[in-house]
Amino acid sequence: MTQRLLSFEKSVPGRRSAVVPPLDVPMPELPRAFARQSDLPLPQLCELDVSRHYKQLADCAYGVNSGFYPLGSCTMKYNPAVNEAAAALPGFQQAHPLAPEEATRGCRAAMAELERDLCEVTGMDAFTLQPAAGAHGELTGLLLIKAYHEARGDSRRVRMLVPDSAHGTNPASAAMAGYTVVSVRSRADGCVDLDHLRSLLGDDVAGIMLTNPNTLGLFERDILTISELVHGAGGLLYYDGANLNAILGLARPGDMGFDVTHLNLHKTFATPHGGGGPGSGPVGVKAALKPFLPVTASAGAADGLQVKAFYGNFSVMLKALCYLKVLGGDGLAQAGRHAVLNANYLLHRLRQAGYAPAYDQPCMHEFVLCLEAIKHETGVSALDVAKAMIDHGIHPPTMYFPLIVHEALMFEPTETEDQATLERVADIMKEILSQARSDPQSLHEAPHNAPIGRPDEVKAAREPVLKYQPERP
Amino acid sequence: MEIRSDLFYTKSHEWVRFEDETTAVVGLTDYAQGELGDLVFVNLPQVGDALVAGEVMADVESVKAVSDVYAPVSGTVAAVNEELLDSPQRINEAPYDAWLCRVEGVEGREGLLDSEAYRALVG
Repeated sequence: MTQRLLSFEKSVPGRRSAVVPPLDVPMPELPRAFARQSDLPLPQLCELDVSRHYKQLADCAYGVNSGFYPLGSCTMKYNPAVNEAAAALPGFQQAHPLAPEEATRGCRAAMAELERDLCEVTGMDAFTLQPAAGAHGELTGLLLIKAYHEARGDSRRVRMLVPDSAHGTNPASAAMAGYTVVSVRSRADGCVDLDHLRSLLGDDVAGIMLTNPNTLGLFERDILTISELVHGAGGLLYYDGANLNAILGLARPGDMGFDVTHLNLHKTFATPHGGGGPGSGPVGVKAALKPFLPVTASAGAADGLQVKAFYGNFSVMLKALCYLKVLGGDGLAQAGRHAVLNANYLLHRLRQAGYAPAYDQPCMHEFVLCLEAIKHETGVSALDVAKAMIDHGIHPPTMYFPLIVHEALMFEPTETEDQATLERVADIMKEILSQARSDPQSLHEAPHNAPIGRPDEVKAAREPVLKYQPERP
Repeated sequence: MEIRSDLFYTKSHEWVRFEDETTAVVGLTDYAQGELGDLVFVNLPQVGDALVAGEVMADVESVKAVSDVYAPVSGTVAAVNEELLDSPQRINEAPYDAWLCRVEGVEGREGLLDSEAYRALVG
């Protein structure tokens, strides 16, 4: 493993990128109060040093355009280049957020069109594009539910139901919105326990947050019953759009009874994810909640309720709109079907390779393996297997989630991958499993070929060092 | 994995040591700390809090996730182990010494498991 130095540590006194000519005009006297009393502690490097430094960092990065990236519940699909081209059109790029409304009609029309398309895809009646990403969308959606109940004079509803398989952001967003979070148990088949749900419902329940398919990659088959029960008790249904990819163009949250939906354009609608750019978490609602919705492009001027400046992350929206238009209704349904097919194919091949699914049934767009038996037999954990995958040039899947599955690995191949890639991944997973039996120690030490192998996660959580701290002489 | 015979347990992996008929000390079991992984933060109840058996009384954060800790008994919090706030890893190192809180006014031991029953649950 090469020792990686910070640019500060590579600094050579006197080295610099530009040589400026000697000063040939009088040096003005700056007031002492405004002048630095010491040198600015920046790295001293030449242009080539800087170029190599950042190229080396770039080489450490891994994205969908590097290889297989099955990060469950994150939908790491390919981001087509045409989306970037559309968002880079000068008419969009050069628009200024403070330009008068009549000068930005085209931009607003594009956003309004995206709002309409998202309504059609989800079965909602109106969308705001303002929220910056998924968790922001969740908070916005929950505050909408709160506003709805309060506007009816119903202030007793202080509890928000969240299944025990939910994304961690769900209870966090609910708590942030001021709700008391109540966990709903999953049944042995991984779906919501209806009896437990019934026992929790009452006039103090504001709603339930669901992901469908859920985080186990299983479709909540009782969704219509759940909807009836929760609505019957006066609560609302919140749809976490993280897993929309599975039902894209095939089924709609609005038709299942959901009242509020957030989407992740950076997941389902192929805009860059993670370090590749800002996210976007539009929130859609049924008509009854429309009066509480923050700014929409469809409604016009941005002087309504705000959860973010202006209309939101505009260029991200353009990429998602382009994706929707290129695929069209049939294309979206095909993407959804292929996402489900790919997940089931990989699940089947991994089962053949000796891995056990947490729930032995067909999955939707993702599935969860349980490595408890492997750990018991070989001492090799889900973490070790994930680390070993890095040595084979593939990004590890989501680990140790959902919490109700022990030694969990959660794969979401997305529709992006072809059969040959899935075969190759299954072969690699088979090889790792046989290594777990023959040489478990080498897996405990994996990855062997990564710039960083096993960071000290406890120290990182408890004593994070977030900036360069020069040693004081 | 250690299960001590002089303690009571819950299905949610807390241990209870009765100091007298109505005073109990509460912690997380060896099994729980093993499943949670390395702990990095602990939130404890406050002295004077009324605990209700089965309801959340604290939470622990590991490198994997935040998990709720449930009150094994009902009563009033008389003391909390503040050492854990700075050294949550004590729970990993010595789960039966790293107590979370002392509860007074405990009535009965209903719903608690003895060591044999707990061993059957996690064994």
